[in-house]
Amino acid sequence: MSTSTASSSTGHVPHVDTVGNAGATPDHEQPWLELGLKEDEYQRIRDILDRRPTSAELAMYSVMWSEHCSYKSSKVHFKHFADNTTEEMREKLLVGIGENAGVVDIGDGWAVTFKVESHNHPSYVEPYQGAATGVGGIVRDIMSMGARPIAVMDPLRFGNLNHPDTQRVLPGVVAGVGGYGNCLGLPNIGGEVVFDDCYQGNPLVNALCVGAMRREDIHLAKASGAGNKVILFGAKTGGDGIGGVSVLASETFEEGGPAKRPAVQVGDPFAEKVLIECCLDLYKAKVVDGIQDLGGAGLSCATSELASNGDGGMQVELDLVPLRDASLRPEEILMSESQERMMAVVEPAKLDEFMEICRRWDVEATVIGEVTEGDHLVITWHGEVIVDVPPRSVAHDGPVYHRPLERPAYLDSLQENATGSLAKPTTGDELKADLLTLLASPNLCDKSWVTDQYDRYVLGNTALAMPDDSGVVRVDEETGRGVAVSTDCNGRFAKLDPYAGAQLALAEAYRNVATVGATPLAITDCLNFGSPEDTGVMWQFEQAVMGIAEGCRELGVPVTGGNVSFYNQTGDVAIHPTPVIGVLGVMDDVARRTPSGWKTPGQVIYLLGTTRDELDGGEWAHVRHGHLGGRPPKVDLAAERLLGEILVNASRDGLVDAAHDLSDGGLAVALAEATMRNGVGARVWLDAVCERDGIDAFTALFSESTARVVVAVPRSEEVRFTDMCTARGQVHARIGVVDDQTDGIDVQGQFAVTLDELREAHTRTLPAVFGE
Amino acid sequence: MKVGVVTFPGSLDDRDAARAVRAVGGEPVSLWHGDADLRGVDAVILPGGFSYGDYLRCGAIARFAPVMDQLVPAAKGGLPVLGICNGFQVLTESHLLPGALIRNDHRKFNCVDTRLRVENAQTAWTSDFEQGQEITIVLKNGEGGFVADERTLDELEGEGRVVFRYVVPEGGRNPNGSYRHIAGITNERGNVVGLMPHPEHCVEEGYGPSLDGLPFFTSILKQVVNA
Repeated sequence: MSTSTASSSTGHVPHVDTVGNAGATPDHEQPWLELGLKEDEYQRIRDILDRRPTSAELAMYSVMWSEHCSYKSSKVHFKHFADNTTEEMREKLLVGIGENAGVVDIGDGWAVTFKVESHNHPSYVEPYQGAATGVGGIVRDIMSMGARPIAVMDPLRFGNLNHPDTQRVLPGVVAGVGGYGNCLGLPNIGGEVVFDDCYQGNPLVNALCVGAMRREDIHLAKASGAGNKVILFGAKTGGDGIGGVSVLASETFEEGGPAKRPAVQVGDPFAEKVLIECCLDLYKAKVVDGIQDLGGAGLSCATSELASNGDGGMQVELDLVPLRDASLRPEEILMSESQERMMAVVEPAKLDEFMEICRRWDVEATVIGEVTEGDHLVITWHGEVIVDVPPRSVAHDGPVYHRPLERPAYLDSLQENATGSLAKPTTGDELKADLLTLLASPNLCDKSWVTDQYDRYVLGNTALAMPDDSGVVRVDEETGRGVAVSTDCNGRFAKLDPYAGAQLALAEAYRNVATVGATPLAITDCLNFGSPEDTGVMWQFEQAVMGIAEGCRELGVPVTGGNVSFYNQTGDVAIHPTPVIGVLGVMDDVARRTPSGWKTPGQVIYLLGTTRDELDGGEWAHVRHGHLGGRPPKVDLAAERLLGEILVNASRDGLVDAAHDLSDGGLAVALAEATMRNGVGARVWLDAVCERDGIDAFTALFSESTARVVVAVPRSEEVRFTDMCTARGQVHARIGVVDDQTDGIDVQGQFAVTLDELREAHTRTLPAVFGE
Repeated sequence: MKVGVVTFPGSLDDRDAARAVRAVGGEPVSLWHGDADLRGVDAVILPGGFSYGDYLRCGAIARFAPVMDQLVPAAKGGLPVLGICNGFQVLTESHLLPGALIRNDHRKFNCVDTRLRVENAQTAWTSDFEQGQEITIVLKNGEGGFVADERTLDELEGEGRVVFRYVVPEGGRNPNGSYRHIAGITNERGNVVGLMPHPEHCVEEGYGPSLDGLPFFTSILKQVVNA
């Protein structure tokens, strides 16, 4: 063992920096800066402890007070969520923001938990493992609520499709999502694949998981009851995922020791699959008092959060942690983000049964400590105290910043630069050409090159998956009760107006859930933004949070939790603000879900909602002119709520056989997708809509006005359907008929496009870049 | 009728296989990899998944599970066994079926609804199909390319032991590069069948692309009742 090197002028620091030693060497210099702490933050730690922190304590505070773990820049804005949560919204929540994931009541005694998280930066460094461990992390969050994970979804955003680096990032990310999720046996039922130059140096890899449990089986992350055992179980702890702490370890100890491992974690989906089954057996046996997964900040997070949420203290013998690498220092063990690990709090009387269940699954489980009477988290290393802290000060009382914010100066000129002056197609042939160009464009093209790499069938409960409007899975096999989930965000809209953009993301996800016939119940969000130290980014962030919070209030759906990801930028250039919204809805029988494609000839196609001249920020301007400017489409949440009710009622009463949301690319793209889904054609006429809404055919086809869907109505139900729309004040227009004699789509008076032409344009794009 | 469904660590479609057995009125019996006990079942399904993480080679570790010590001799003695996807891989690793399954020729995991042609409607698991019938079954695998040497392939074809073939247009490619478009095969007695596609995902209206998986399970039901 080499001797200490950083102790020359300030006294000798022994090989393990104990609490006693910290008290005796107050002036010992510590690498707080290298660990990402600010000077005042370091001073605050000294004030809390009334001495300097030990190196282990410093490591814990530095990771737990990082932006990722402490939400120090975003926290002050979360008051908007609380301020906008009404009693109606609260009633649906069984567990709200702050736990590993929120839980909602879906009826019949069932509870569902869901959450979306980001794994952006690791996925850029190492696409496969970054994406894989992103899936693994969110699945453990869901498991730690007591639920069986039942589905995953992955909203993904990449740079330019034709950029060489996209060739590196996208296939790796997709293979990582599939490689991990497929091996866990979780159906991947949806998500997004979006391309925009702004994500070139900073792709977004968000991962969502849904889990289900009986209401009484909800588990929480808390360590209570003195004498209860603290158990670490799952994979051994290794040196992966150690970030800044390696700075500390290498500066303070063992110069010339083993090289520090990369900061990206490596996943083992088989270990996680076994861990899932093991946890579910543990829950079934009712031997778990409190549980927490180990994700970001590893043991530092799990021990401090469990202790902080409980009613006592906690004592941990760190040298009992099973290691993959015996040379790891205590600081590294505390920080390691090795995957596939969980921590449980178990009553002594139930310990034997707990261990027996772990043995059955070949899961290693080790008692590493216990809950104590006191109020401190005490961690020892071979008998010496190296951590002695109030756990709350680590887990919850981190710094809170009121970052300065200011509306960016560029916004005025950006908003003035609208699409009005762009050259637009006028003839039928030009409209047709634009439709085919849009269908072949990276954001609208067929994504099966990606989604076919995911297992959407495993567990046997998938009722809908991509490319339908929402993923739908059955929860209760007896009754068919189940959930629908959709994630959405148009970053271009959010760039033009972050408040409206966030609400448009919310509105689209809400609409997608209602389109399949589910009643929207709750949301989760993944707020991907640039640097919080940029006043313009911080302004975007606040606008987006307010937009979501106030939008949720208007729609009556609570925010259950989510994740903030800052520092998504390359140099000084931030990504478009990208607040991804996931909406979860419930259906009492998912067999009644409404698919997106029509198939029965003779059914009548209705367009619900009003079309305005709203092309700014839309896909047509982006693809045809590379244009971004103006103001995004108008948000009308009252119209979304009414439309949602119409769609849910229509599904329940069997009034519609197909429904498809209008969003990117407008009516033209929606008609093409609904036609291609089953290869059944349609005749369409636009005159009535154009006349009613005062628009031309181009606007009718490509505008991205919100609160609109197309539905296919059986002739026998047409009167009931239109009566319902009229009675409720839902704007509706009869715009076509499903027709198997028409090859593709015949837009009367404008153009006809065959199914082959549509599919040729739609399906070639990704295989041309990434191979068949 | 009792149909055992084996759960290895990493099995994924075991619950789906049990559901399929129930769908035709059979009684699924869970068999644990670590127990050398077939619990008196009339037939066994080795389900899909990634047994033991598919580490080393798909199915290579599962072959040595205690339950296989009982299953291999029972299968040789005529016990009907169906291996689906990873289960097929376990069967070839156990030498209950010839050939091997290798990485898809396009090197990607692939989840698609595939068309299959029933080439042998006389096995324990396919008697409720018509010879030559075309069916739609879910396929999802990363290592589903069936390979064997020419002599084995000729033997399989000559003895009618190719049970399913991917329906591929003249000169086209099948979904994973399988030799001679083979999707499933049987042993000489016709009691052991292995295939890459997943019939257990095609047994319930609304939860899969077809109901074409049901005849697998009704076939075995009749076989056992008549035996």
